[in-house]
Amino acid sequence: MAEGTPVGRRVVFVMLGLGALGVAVGADVQRGTDRFVAPLRENDPTGLTDLLPSGGFRYYSVVASVPERTSADYELRVHGLVDRPLTLTLDDLSRMPQTELVRDFQCVTGWRVTSVRWTGVRLADLLDAAGTRPGATALTFRSFDGAYTESLTIDQARRPDVLVALTMLDGPITHDHGGPVRLYVAPMYGYKSIKWLAEIEVVDTVTPGFWEQRGYDVDGWIGKSNGRDDEPV
Amino acid sequence: MSPSEDPAGNPEDPAEATAADSDGPAGDGAAAFVRRFGPATRWAHWSTAALTAVCLATAAVLYLGPLATLVGRRQLVSAVHLYAGLALPAPMLAAALSAAYRRDLAELDRFTPADWKWLRTRPRRRHTDAVGKFNAGQKLYAAFVAGAVLVMLGTGVIMEFGGAFAVTHRTGATFVHDLLALSLFAGICGHLWMASRDPAARLGMRTGVVPRPWALREHPAWHTEPDAPPTE
Repeated sequence: MAEGTPVGRRVVFVMLGLGALGVAVGADVQRGTDRFVAPLRENDPTGLTDLLPSGGFRYYSVVASVPERTSADYELRVHGLVDRPLTLTLDDLSRMPQTELVRDFQCVTGWRVTSVRWTGVRLADLLDAAGTRPGATALTFRSFDGAYTESLTIDQARRPDVLVALTMLDGPITHDHGGPVRLYVAPMYGYKSIKWLAEIEVVDTVTPGFWEQRGYDVDGWIGKSNGRDDEPV
Repeated sequence: MSPSEDPAGNPEDPAEATAADSDGPAGDGAAAFVRRFGPATRWAHWSTAALTAVCLATAAVLYLGPLATLVGRRQLVSAVHLYAGLALPAPMLAAALSAAYRRDLAELDRFTPADWKWLRTRPRRRHTDAVGKFNAGQKLYAAFVAGAVLVMLGTGVIMEFGGAFAVTHRTGATFVHDLLALSLFAGICGHLWMASRDPAARLGMRTGVVPRPWALREHPAWHTEPDAPPTE
């Protein structure tokens, strides 16, 4: 029969303890490590530092691949219950009044990136430019990834903290972050901030978006939906 | 010559020869192979290995930007990762119904003074005289994997179903899950490296039996049971 001291199970208990400790203080440790990992990452052509656990954005896409659009071929269509349907290029959007927001980005899966700088056109300004008709109560957004859709009510869309964003993190929005143009709905979870924005249709009823048809709340307020209590943005 | 190598031409009863040899590892004419792992242990090992491979592959796609960009299909990938992860402890729990598997666990759990000495000695100078069924490195690795599976499961559940937890704790759970995934990956690479250099050990996990000389050399203090040669 086996003799000796039960070291194996002690190792297991110590690991469980360290795991619990990590859950308790991991967020603070990560803030600390981010401070010296972030500069390393910026100067790392190999991408190896991406292996280190760290905060920051994570890449989510619901399709196998997303076509690239640049300023040369990007277009945003605004149509539906509007007086003046619009087809806007990146230059058109850049010439409209730009609004800057510095707000957190909170994902419904738990990660949060603090104090992200966003600039872009207020969605409210875009709706005014197109002129919404009576009966317009909601918007349907479509992505040029060919699958993702989102929704907002007109009242939500007219909030001053909802942008058709052209820059984030002090530069043009990269392809992986949903560029060249994405939505940024500051007070709601990240799935509301549709990436690769191609189309805004003004409609008379809310059509739940991609994730909302799969169980996520249509009104995705941070801290007040999806059974979560995150600090509001 | 072993009875199993020439069962027809040997007048001696093979069963009797086997029984006579079963006392100790030494002895001439002993069976060429000894039993190392029962079916439950091997089944648990290979099921856990398969689930771990699925977890690691899907984790890479979820975690590494370039792979995520390449594969996309996040909903499918994360569902596969979730269910493979939730299932990870199942083979080990099921195998615990087997007494042979529980005996292997007990062997892995217990450290003797010789194990500590083995760990403190440099690999080339190690005395294997006192090494039983498992050496101290194997015992430590088994404990690490057992602890890691539980911590990965706990932090994973917090990440997936942890709506009741504060955001700092969910961030902490993600941090632990990420960091331990990397450690586990490093550990598994080491495990595969050791296995790649030891065909007899691989044979043992594949078929359940190992060559007797290997057992005598690597695990002299292990009380072996003779067995038929491997069938694959």
